[in-house]
Amino acid sequence: MDMTAMVDVAFLLLTFFILTAQFRVQDAATIETPSSISGIKVPDKDIMTIGLSKEGNVYFGIDNQQKRRDMLDNFAAANGLSFTEKEKKAFSLLSSFGVPKNQLRAFLNLDPEQRNAFKQPGIPIDTTGAGPGNELKDWVFNARKANNDLRIALKGDNLAKFPNFKNVLGTLQAQNINKFNLITGTEAPPAGWKNDD
Amino acid sequence: MSEIDTSGGGGKGDGKVRAKKASTKIDMTPMVDLGFLLITFFILATTLSKPSAMTLNVPDKTLKEETEPIKASNVMTIFLGKDNKAHYIFGKAASEEPEVITVGFGYDLRKAILTEGQKVPADKFVVVIKPTKEATYRNIVDIMDEMTITKMKRYALVDELTPDEKILLKDKVKLDI
Repeated sequence: MDMTAMVDVAFLLLTFFILTAQFRVQDAATIETPSSISGIKVPDKDIMTIGLSKEGNVYFGIDNQQKRRDMLDNFAAANGLSFTEKEKKAFSLLSSFGVPKNQLRAFLNLDPEQRNAFKQPGIPIDTTGAGPGNELKDWVFNARKANNDLRIALKGDNLAKFPNFKNVLGTLQAQNINKFNLITGTEAPPAGWKNDD
Repeated sequence: MSEIDTSGGGGKGDGKVRAKKASTKIDMTPMVDLGFLLITFFILATTLSKPSAMTLNVPDKTLKEETEPIKASNVMTIFLGKDNKAHYIFGKAASEEPEVITVGFGYDLRKAILTEGQKVPADKFVVVIKPTKEATYRNIVDIMDEMTITKMKRYALVDELTPDEKILLKDKVKLDI
């Protein structure tokens, strides 16, 4: 049997998948997002992602490696910390993280495998949104200092409770950020539904 | 296919030098196997459905705007309770002993919003969404999705419950918050 045609198609598909593949980066925690009918795509760059796990832990990340490094520098300067080049390098490779600042150095010095196994406790946050123990506000502030064009995306888990979500919202509002994107999965709108605007 | 030609080359006999004719067919089975293996891997590893983003705008806290109070008769208040249930009241303030109706998310809720919305002029109807502390993030995304689906333009997400509303929910739907 002549399978040349089939093999041709197969390799065409292979090429397509190789070229379009975007590899999943290891996230700090698994977050299963709810789905919505909103068809707006999440931008690829200049994005700050605030994750909210179902236990209520907060994770934080920005997209660009150089900007991550700048953000860490800003954060360190603001909090009287210092990081070695190796720690900065490790930090710039993290797509998101959720450790308080007093554990950050120890966390960055772990081996990649140990780091994956480490259960990250989340970034401390409070109910007022601007208290001294709220580290999320510092990260958001320093990230925006490193990259002024950042858009903010909230990625919450299905089962995250509303009070935790409210705390994140409060923190952002305290910094006068009033426009967010909520990252959701995509689902089809009900039959016959059309978007008017 | 890849046998070694032992018949001897040119150079003797009639003296003609001929290129050895090798078969052009090679066994491609291993290559094709590998190709399909890779296809399978890439199909499984790619995320085809990109996540979408839902925009949420909240009012500026630093601006104190005086707004006219909304008449309770035009307001549908939806409380997001626990176990993916929503409770709503319509037309009456919480202190006026309104009827509390419990619905699940999805079709029931959508129908409720549309039915209540037809009772008052469309430009007066307001939906107030009040998540309780038992509500999950998913419930909030779902209800905002319903707002998009039912094309309700006037809605508000309010995070504080008044004492009247707390009493109401405790009495009527045993929701202790």
